[in-house]
Amino acid sequence: MTALTDAPLTSIPPQRKKALPGWATGMIAMAGAIALLATTSYLTGVPQLTSSGTIQTAVRLALPILLAGLGGLWAERAGVVNIGLEGMMIMGTWGAAWAGYQWGPWAALVAAAVFGALGGLLHAIATVTFGVNHIVSGVAINLLGAGLTKYLSTLIFFPLSRNPRESPAVPKFDTYSAGGLSDWLKTLEDEQRVAISDIAGILRGLITGVSPLTMLAVLFVIGSYLVLWRTRFGLRLRSCGENPTAAESLGVNVYLYKYAAVIMSGALAGIGGAALVLNPGNPGYLEGQTNGRGFIGLAAMIFGNWRPGGLLGGAALFGYADGLQLRSGGKTFLALVYGAVLLLAVIVIWQLVRRRWFAAAAGIVAAGLLYGVYYSVDEVPSELTAYAPHLVTLVVLAVASQRLRMPAADGVVYRRG
Amino acid sequence: MGKVRGNLLPPALAILFSALLCGIALVVSGANPLTAFGAMVTQVGEGTTAVDIVNSTGTYYIAALAVAIGFQMNLFNIGVEGQYRVAAVVAAVFGGSVALPPGIHTLAIILVAALAGAAWAAIPAILKVTRGVNEVISTIMMNGLALGLAAYLIRDDVFGELRGNNIRTPEIPTSGWVPGISLGSSGTVFGLVFLAAALGIAYWVMMNRTRFGFELRASGESSTAAAAGGVSAKKMILVAMLLSGAIAGLVSMPEILGRDHTYNLNFPAGIGFSGIAVALLGRNHPGGIAFGALLWAFLDKSGLALDNVGVSREIVTIMQGAIVLSVVVAYEVVRRYELAAEQRRVGRQLGTAEPVGGAA
Repeated sequence: MTALTDAPLTSIPPQRKKALPGWATGMIAMAGAIALLATTSYLTGVPQLTSSGTIQTAVRLALPILLAGLGGLWAERAGVVNIGLEGMMIMGTWGAAWAGYQWGPWAALVAAAVFGALGGLLHAIATVTFGVNHIVSGVAINLLGAGLTKYLSTLIFFPLSRNPRESPAVPKFDTYSAGGLSDWLKTLEDEQRVAISDIAGILRGLITGVSPLTMLAVLFVIGSYLVLWRTRFGLRLRSCGENPTAAESLGVNVYLYKYAAVIMSGALAGIGGAALVLNPGNPGYLEGQTNGRGFIGLAAMIFGNWRPGGLLGGAALFGYADGLQLRSGGKTFLALVYGAVLLLAVIVIWQLVRRRWFAAAAGIVAAGLLYGVYYSVDEVPSELTAYAPHLVTLVVLAVASQRLRMPAADGVVYRRG
Repeated sequence: MGKVRGNLLPPALAILFSALLCGIALVVSGANPLTAFGAMVTQVGEGTTAVDIVNSTGTYYIAALAVAIGFQMNLFNIGVEGQYRVAAVVAAVFGGSVALPPGIHTLAIILVAALAGAAWAAIPAILKVTRGVNEVISTIMMNGLALGLAAYLIRDDVFGELRGNNIRTPEIPTSGWVPGISLGSSGTVFGLVFLAAALGIAYWVMMNRTRFGFELRASGESSTAAAAGGVSAKKMILVAMLLSGAIAGLVSMPEILGRDHTYNLNFPAGIGFSGIAVALLGRNHPGGIAFGALLWAFLDKSGLALDNVGVSREIVTIMQGAIVLSVVVAYEVVRRYELAAEQRRVGRQLGTAEPVGGAA
């Protein structure tokens, strides 16, 4: 090759300038979401959309999804697809209940992390050392996790609770509220003024009855971001997910990093299981408690484009939908459909400004259909609302799959050469 | 010899390993593993167990065939779980609300089930072909949606009716039933178990004796090579997924047309995931899958016998999980070992003592 043809290869490709840093986009998205909810709540006359109670429930329900999603993030950033999150989460619920009823909630957290990590270790052994297909191993771990916990709970919980599907009651964390601020926000919320009461309700929901687990989860999100994107360890770990051969050639022990990532992934999923057991609404371990939340966590991660901030947004959205349904039922949930129509309207205007006629037309059709649903039914059947996250994920994947970017070597079996 | 060893040794090792693992678990939990395993084996001759095993083998066999078609071209149809559920509800509702002459009624129900399964699979297939959406994620989401849709469709104000504390679809009239083969006190073999066998034969013929099967396997081995040979990868994905969904739609037919005649809340869950396990166990081969399905059904049914000797029946689920995981590991290890052996052989023939490529 001549020097002439070599030159373009070595030049740095022109980088697309980012208009805003990530945290700013996050803030704007949050402000937009609050504005959307406030408007919807005003137009439909459904104050529960932004009531502090709804938000509080939403936070509790978002926690397991968030933690499972973080688990997925760790594994997939290192290039290992983790369908086994569900199984690791189930093991986490059992571990949390077993340690929790004996030694309290902190022990529950630790035990859940250990049990989840064991599941992760198994996944790592199968996928990294033996090069088994990641999906296959994940499916097997889901079967194994469910079977193991069923066996163990018959063995250990049955003599205590007289029910093989349930653990004895597990003590919960004490919750903390920002006392004076919370009361002041409550008076604001009760005044039912446009926008102000909505914001007050949301804020109050976020700062009232906060369990240490919530704080811990937020720390985990920030910590995961810092470790994965701001340290040498994180750079190497992510390089294993992008191009393991190149990483190996630069002296990174790819197997070791993948092991670390998948074990961490399992531990986080296990803590996600503990968040279910330690939810004040539940007595303790219950068979079938995870109910596919590991998969929803995976969906939240994809929704968030394999980034911690986006994952937080996805988990918040799914948790919110869950919480709204649980607290106020299908009638209130219908208001969310109205909110989706408003959101689509904004998107359509944006697409028109950018002269993307096809996208705008598709948006108008979708908005029309959703409005038709809103107009014609009285409430969304409760059987369907639970699966709103699944539908949202499918839509996001269908619309934005070209803009989502997963790690380049995600799911590829790597063998040291 | 090498091929047989490569195909039979891993499952045998996996079953032994899992039995050993569960034996240890039983000893630790204070039970006698020999009594437990003895009870598992002797139960086959008691009551209706043998027939139950045959019946549920048929169900698992169909599910595994559906998964295997996807596997043949590197498609992970995790969505069999959702496809068979949606198909079961739709077919049960259809069968219970039309009046047709016997025979035609049955065929119509089976056809509707296959179409419903294919339609449910079409969504991820189209998303994959047009938008590049990974089928694993989309089918997982479709599984969730299937649960919701099924629960909604059998509400008593939609298509269902309340019977005691169970909700079910209207009962299919006798013209839609498929008679079984009665063996007296040993139970009744579902007539549609033969459908499973026929599907297995059709699957083998399609894969090994038709151009379509060849193209399917070629696309699975290497989509670029197949494309160079004039096979459209997108078309193959679409067809394979629809076919897989259609077969998945038939999974619950033996039970619904042979015994239940309705879809109700007690509808079995998890057959789709068991199907994945069985297809892995049988390495996508119709004979291997039959063996896998039989093993799975046998393990399933041994739960009751274990309860009778005071061992928790959940040990069976652990055993199933352990078998899948260890069998895939075993296949991989054997594959690597044979690869290395072949490299050594080629190395000897070429006169170089060291293995080529260095992969051990």
